[in-house]
Amino acid sequence: MNLFLKLLFRNRLAAMGAVVLGAILLLVLLTPFLPLQDPDVTATADRFKRPFTEGHLLGTDHLGRDLLSRLLHGTRLSLAIGIAAALIAATIGSAIGIIAGYFGGRTDNIIMRGVDMLMAFPYILLALAIVAALGPGLMNALIAVAAVNVPFFARNIRGITVGLAGREFIDAARLAGMGHGRIILTELLPNVLPVIVIAMSTTVGWMILETAGLSFLGLGSQPPQADLGSMLGEARSAMISHPHTSIVPGTMIFLIVMSINLLGDGVRDALDPRLRSGALSRPRATTLVERQGEIPEETDDLLAIKELETQFHVGNRIYRAVGGVSLAVKAGECLGVIGESGSGKSVTALSVMGLVASPPGVITGGAVRFQGEDLIGARYETLRQKRGDRVAYIFQDPLSTLHPLYRVGQQLAEAIQSHHKVSNAEARARAIRLLQDVRIPNAEARVDNYPHEMSGGMRQRVGIAMALANEPDVIIADEPTTALDVTVQAQILSLLDDLRRDRGLAIIFITHDFGVVAQLCDRVAVMYAGRIVEEGPTQAVLKAPAHPYTKRLIACVPELGGGRRALAAIPGLPPVVDNLPEGCAFAPRCDKAQENCRAGDVTLKGTAPRAVRCLYPEVAV
Amino acid sequence: MGGYIIKRLISAIPVLLGITIIVFLIMSLIPGDPATAILGSYATPENVEKLNRDLGLDKPMVQRYVIWLGNMLTGDLGRSFSLNRPVLDEILERFNATMILAGTAFVLCALLGILAGVVSAARQYGLGDKAITFVVLVGISVPSFFLGMMMILLFAVNLRWLPVSGMYAIYGGGDLPDLLKHLIMPALALAAVATGVIARLSRSAMLEVLRQDYIRTARAKGVPERRVIMGHALRAAMVSIIPVLGIQAGFVLSGAVYIEIVFQWPGVGRMLVDAILKRDLLLVQGGVVFVAACYVLFNIAVDVAQSLLDPRIKT
Repeated sequence: MNLFLKLLFRNRLAAMGAVVLGAILLLVLLTPFLPLQDPDVTATADRFKRPFTEGHLLGTDHLGRDLLSRLLHGTRLSLAIGIAAALIAATIGSAIGIIAGYFGGRTDNIIMRGVDMLMAFPYILLALAIVAALGPGLMNALIAVAAVNVPFFARNIRGITVGLAGREFIDAARLAGMGHGRIILTELLPNVLPVIVIAMSTTVGWMILETAGLSFLGLGSQPPQADLGSMLGEARSAMISHPHTSIVPGTMIFLIVMSINLLGDGVRDALDPRLRSGALSRPRATTLVERQGEIPEETDDLLAIKELETQFHVGNRIYRAVGGVSLAVKAGECLGVIGESGSGKSVTALSVMGLVASPPGVITGGAVRFQGEDLIGARYETLRQKRGDRVAYIFQDPLSTLHPLYRVGQQLAEAIQSHHKVSNAEARARAIRLLQDVRIPNAEARVDNYPHEMSGGMRQRVGIAMALANEPDVIIADEPTTALDVTVQAQILSLLDDLRRDRGLAIIFITHDFGVVAQLCDRVAVMYAGRIVEEGPTQAVLKAPAHPYTKRLIACVPELGGGRRALAAIPGLPPVVDNLPEGCAFAPRCDKAQENCRAGDVTLKGTAPRAVRCLYPEVAV
Repeated sequence: MGGYIIKRLISAIPVLLGITIIVFLIMSLIPGDPATAILGSYATPENVEKLNRDLGLDKPMVQRYVIWLGNMLTGDLGRSFSLNRPVLDEILERFNATMILAGTAFVLCALLGILAGVVSAARQYGLGDKAITFVVLVGISVPSFFLGMMMILLFAVNLRWLPVSGMYAIYGGGDLPDLLKHLIMPALALAAVATGVIARLSRSAMLEVLRQDYIRTARAKGVPERRVIMGHALRAAMVSIIPVLGIQAGFVLSGAVYIEIVFQWPGVGRMLVDAILKRDLLLVQGGVVFVAACYVLFNIAVDVAQSLLDPRIKT
């Protein structure tokens, strides 16, 4: 509750709404005690006095009545009617909703059918019909507005109740022999009440507006009694000659509705945890770059990542997802990057083309050189022209990475047409050829499928076809086989391997699976807590891992027919990268760790092509 | 697709029946002798007797409903006593004007609302976003009838840019430019609140979509950012925007009642209010059923649009 209020008032607009609404409520409560003139006493000699005339702060209306007094009394009436309507609608609607949700079955079905039908009306039409039947008048307007809002409460509260009715404590109450009435009142109602209150606070503004509207039409409060709506309605005939009589009540309605809206938005934002964490931020077209320090030199590799540092800035916390990673690939080479979830391997890959979501991502150092050209901090258009054309990505989980509303053929064609001026027919023909290249049977028909009409393996092939669309020089594959079963996985791996040999493609293959690395990669880099802890030719690393972490990681791989070897899980969890320990990040989980492992920076050492970041490696490299 | 439309139309039949039942039940709330109440100041003994015969008011309720429904299905909504003409004729004549007003307002609120939401999301926390958020906040808080009055004061009375009210000029009007001149203010006033609601929703729907993996895929393909926003993101966001368009259409239709009063627009809404004040209940009853039925049909069109956009919906 405290946190909620703090969040609410940190929202300046909501606080403003609360202040305005509070002031209006206070004025309205004090109205009977203020030295005001009688709101209904007419004085035809004083008609249409302008605001700020003596004795009449806001002037007078067409019958010479004091506008300030009428405004306060009208506001009082409007608020009272609106709140009363909200209470009535909430009570009846919630009762209906609870009954429907609690009893379920046919009761629920019949009630909700009725509710649906009421909701099929444009709301004011229903209110008009009720007022027409009952006759104009403030009480009838109140009944109409309340009745029109009953379905809203019924539906919302039913939804909540259905969720609660199946829970254990309700079953327990039933087994304890409690009657339906008691269960509803003592078990259900207390749990539903907060939702009712929130629903009421979001609709009370509407109801004030709706009753004011009916009065404006002459169907609500009848003269001489006046709420804000009928004040505005009466003033309308003199609107052109004496606009202040309209502006005064109109502004008051506006202020009330706006302050309730502001407050309601604040409440909703404070209750929505997604907004609390700031997750509803839009990622920019390229990752934010705030590079400090020197920019590393050029090398002769096709793609070289040099001393890359990528961080996530969330509130005051800084997560060092990538802490100075250097990797490089040559044409036709396959480099494996391996590590547990959260080791920074995906973030490294996404940083290459500025695809790390930012906010919160920020690239704070290093360089990514493609054919010598630095891509970090490059102009958007430079990056865009290389994305998918020279450096292409294959992502994990193709169900979420393919657009659900475009046919796969369109998505493939778009990849081509973003970089080459080709006709739609030509792009489609190429899309079919690409699908054939990744061995999708019946490609001519499949090209018109939507992603949801394909199997997981098929979708993954589409993802690969998309990466191949422009015959790129480098493919960065981020766990492309993790979501697939083993046979499909093997097919996809051999497909990638063929492509590499046929087209001279460089591949950076990110995975957490040593089996895959062994099959496909020439070299491998092992990542832990955002840094490389070991690298070298695949066979050498597999045969004689130098870092204790690598060794443990390999030991985790079950071996087929390997006998009853104990599978050694690594105890503990990888460190959270906003608070890395000093020294070796693996030390807390390492059984070889010494005192000096926990102090000072451990560097990556060894004779090329092998290197290890460990003071006490398993083997010397 | 044709099959889906037919299926939706069939599923609308119980809803339409429900609407007639609800209106019938509400009308039976009328206190006292219904014929006298319906006729109001026109309750001469002959009229009362004629109405009792026409509506079968002496018969039991269920039978009365069936007769009423049968009459309605054959296009007989009864006769308006205040206007002395068939209810259906009056409604059809008025409905045209309401459709011009509400239809224009709906198109305006959909276009402006979505555009504002997209710009707001694409420039999140930028100046444009803040400006739009502020305008939207004011827009959804001003009662449409007050906004309409203020617009008349400013643009018609003070600046004299646009006519004060009505649908056509009394002398020399009647052509399209004349209609448009009369339409601008009421359509904008009517669209204001819905525009705000749609803009807000579009903004949050876009922000939600822009975080999805397939947007990253589009960017990784090198799709130009403009196309990422206006194509990939907006298309996916439309899936959650379209149902709200359907709901807002109901609010626009409702709001037309106020706007027609403020701008003296000769539509169904003004007819209904006049009819209520004159206690011409057959006119009210016919008008309510007619407009509600149109709204149900419109919502079917919304569902069809949704199924065209989203292939995952089984048609």
